[in-house]
Amino acid sequence: MTTAAQCLVQLHDDHHKLEDYQGGVPRWCSGCGDNAILAAVQRLCRDEDLRPEKTVFVSGIGCSSRLPHYMKTYGFHGIHGRALPIAEGVKMSRPDLDVFVNTGDGDCCSIGAAHWIHAIRYNMNLTMMLHDNHVYGLTKKQASPTSPIGFKSNTTPRGSYLDALNPLTVTLGVQNVSFVAQAVDWIPEILYDVISAAFHHKGFSFVRVIQRCPEFLPKMFEPWLHDPQKTLLLSHENGLKISPALGRIYRNQLEHDPSDIDRAREVASQEDPIPVGILYRNPEVPCYEDVRHAGQLRTPEMIRAGFESELDKFTVWPQGPEPTQVSLTDERG
Amino acid sequence: MTAALALKTDPNDTGLRGPQVSGKPAVTLAEHIVEVISDSGEGAQRCGQSLAAIAAKMGNGIWTVEIIPAEIQPPARSVAGASGIRIRMGSGPVSNGGDETDLVVAFNEQVLLGRVREGELKAGCTILLEGMWREHRDPKVAAMFAETVDRLLADGYRVHEVPLERECLKLISDARRGKNMFVLGMLCSIYSLDPALGREQVAYALRKKDDRVIKINMALLDAGWQWAEANLDFKFRIPAAQSTGAQIVVNGNTAAGLGILASGMEICAMYPITPATSVSHYLSDVFEKVGGLVHQAEDEIAAVTFAIGASYAGTCAVTVTSGPGYSLKQEALGLAVMAEIPLVVLNVQRGGPSTGQPTKVEQGDLLTTCFGSHGDAPKVVIAASGIEDCFYSMITARKIAETFNMVVVVLSDASLATAQQPFPRPQFSEGWLAPPIDQSPVPPGVTPYDWDAMTGLFQRFVPGQPNGMHTLTGLAHDRASKVAYDPANNEEGLRNRSNKLAALQKTLQPPTVFGDEEGEVLVVGWGSTRGAIEEAVERLRKEGHAVSALHLRFIQPMPPGIGAILRRFRKVITIENNWADRLEEPIIDENNRRFSALAWMLRARFLVDIDCWTEVRGRPIKPGTIYKVIRARLADGSGEAA
Repeated sequence: MTTAAQCLVQLHDDHHKLEDYQGGVPRWCSGCGDNAILAAVQRLCRDEDLRPEKTVFVSGIGCSSRLPHYMKTYGFHGIHGRALPIAEGVKMSRPDLDVFVNTGDGDCCSIGAAHWIHAIRYNMNLTMMLHDNHVYGLTKKQASPTSPIGFKSNTTPRGSYLDALNPLTVTLGVQNVSFVAQAVDWIPEILYDVISAAFHHKGFSFVRVIQRCPEFLPKMFEPWLHDPQKTLLLSHENGLKISPALGRIYRNQLEHDPSDIDRAREVASQEDPIPVGILYRNPEVPCYEDVRHAGQLRTPEMIRAGFESELDKFTVWPQGPEPTQVSLTDERG
Repeated sequence: MTAALALKTDPNDTGLRGPQVSGKPAVTLAEHIVEVISDSGEGAQRCGQSLAAIAAKMGNGIWTVEIIPAEIQPPARSVAGASGIRIRMGSGPVSNGGDETDLVVAFNEQVLLGRVREGELKAGCTILLEGMWREHRDPKVAAMFAETVDRLLADGYRVHEVPLERECLKLISDARRGKNMFVLGMLCSIYSLDPALGREQVAYALRKKDDRVIKINMALLDAGWQWAEANLDFKFRIPAAQSTGAQIVVNGNTAAGLGILASGMEICAMYPITPATSVSHYLSDVFEKVGGLVHQAEDEIAAVTFAIGASYAGTCAVTVTSGPGYSLKQEALGLAVMAEIPLVVLNVQRGGPSTGQPTKVEQGDLLTTCFGSHGDAPKVVIAASGIEDCFYSMITARKIAETFNMVVVVLSDASLATAQQPFPRPQFSEGWLAPPIDQSPVPPGVTPYDWDAMTGLFQRFVPGQPNGMHTLTGLAHDRASKVAYDPANNEEGLRNRSNKLAALQKTLQPPTVFGDEEGEVLVVGWGSTRGAIEEAVERLRKEGHAVSALHLRFIQPMPPGIGAILRRFRKVITIENNWADRLEEPIIDENNRRFSALAWMLRARFLVDIDCWTEVRGRPIKPGTIYKVIRARLADGSGEAA
């Protein structure tokens, strides 16, 4: 039995190293962008000194959703498309936990699209990373909603038929949106800064990470890797501050105020160059768990009193309305 | 039970012309079935519920059955649009809606015809019919009315035209909004119910309205009472058989809501669906005052996965649904089974498949509940057999879910959802509640799935517990919750998840037989048919037949001792409200017959040649119907359909 004093001492003594957050060896393909996201979140946990037992990574199904297995925190590897409602349930039940959600473009934008829209509306304090590699990887190369038109896959051998969905504009179009950012797996510094800003935002933080799939879309992002001008870095005193070293490589920069939603929508609809940074942030949007007073103290006495007063509403007393104490034999009591 | 109606009225006397009777002697009855039938929105249900509550306060047994059209506003004066309520009142406890109606109050003749054509009225039934239609300005309406009344009289019904509209207009300008209270007053007079209790009930039913509305309704209630006293030449009295203790009068959905509240569950995630929704209506109103909350999710799948997430991180949560919603949740239930997360699901069954009959009763989901999801997904299935059971089942379900880390499905149905029946006021026990969430450090060496070798049980880790960190997954996994595809781990998981059902089964008591432990015919049922089956069996036993009944509350796992009970009867038959092929049809034989759900399960498990008789008419099965079915089987001495 740990005493309260010991707990306090432990709390003070708890300083976590990177290894404290590193689970098993990732089984992703070499060169997969998921590795970069994993490295960024592990670093974030270390830097924020998050208590591993109070941290939960929730995921759906797909390559992206293997991430919780590689963390040494609590994790919930759920079912396809449902990472968000699971995470919402976790947060509602336990607002004291830090909850992260890792999902993919198939998981979030296709089978789980309804939950994505509503998660934005609920605006619960969750940090969500959309691992967007534009393709279904785990099921072996099918077109996803974010695949570019003309993409030849196993289900679209003559090229995909539809224009790609833009997760940024969709998110920015939903009521109660409070945080939208974009990162790319090949700029780890920005990836880290964006995820960190997302973590510090109180509300539903939506981070789209454009990531490479070396197995099924190996050449997709080569033009962006070779030409820094095809990346538009968003900077602002209330957004990301670009380091001088990075600024020398990525000279295509835009001063963008993250509180300006109209401008955010314009920037988000740009496909080339790719905007990278914080598009929108509004800390004023209420969180559903606060609106619903989640996590309040609950005692047996409170339940008893509430229950008895409910029973009073429905009780009929024999011999007229005068309540008299009767003793009942309840076999199930 | 046939009550002797000693009416002084001439059956051909169609109207009531001025005050005739005073100080009428009341005819004493053992029980009576009353219906109030109207167009949708005329308040017949509130009238009937209030009547039932008043009768319950007098100490009578009651059971109500709501008659609900599928649409919110079906066309007025239509045969299919009948909306209303049946109230069965008795001296002693009443366990079901009974057979045919003894007395009906109808707001127009068309909705009444709906009930007549469905065979719901007893021969010679007393009908109190709104008379205003006879004088209706549309001659077609007036003619339809006159023609209908003539036919009803010719068929032997005792029709009384009542000037509901005219009398109500003396007090209010829109009689449509007040007739129900006038009728309640009439019925209080007819059944010799205490007018003071009537007023008290009206005040309660309208507690959310302002004083003016309550005052008008009181006036209507009094007017109805006085009118009946002055104008009707019959009066009944159903003496309460004995004084009982404090009783709760609620319908099954409210009882389930109370059960959720008393079970200590904190989160109910749901998506609106008939007939389950009213559970969450009730809970939404009251759950927060005990620190709980109802989350209306964006869809059924979100509701169940939200509940799973909440259960995983805290105490067991509940999701509430009906058939089609249950189907949508099935994949997620597989996750809860695989990852061994406690979860309670309430499925208030309705007619199916597909949208089917959303407001009507059917017991069609038993097999999908027991065997649904995908792969081998063992879960606990409890069927509530009455209103009281709706309450206690939720508490039992929470406890089992958390003890066994299992999904527990409670089955109710559209009949229990809206039926009211008094039951003894529960005595709260702290033992009902979930223990506080464990946040103590996990001892070294203990794994997330530390399955007990015999039972498969283990103590789950909850986020917040130091040293317990692991990733829970729907993939096959080992004791450390690591993904494991090897054959040995796969079978170990399957075995342990299955053994938990056996472990639970060992704790269950053998069910009690209603009647003798052996005999000629055993009638087996589950769910809402209990009252009707036992009433029918009681009648047959009084006639000297060796008939007994067995009602199953735990369907999965089945309690011990059932096989031995089945073998002590010459014939066993299930009575269910789900489809079974009928042997009298030329295309059906023993080799292709699809049995009813419970019959399938009992035949498979116990290798007993169990017959079944079912009816799926979107209404509760009547005790009289069951009586006839069993009677016929006794007469022809075979298990074949008569």
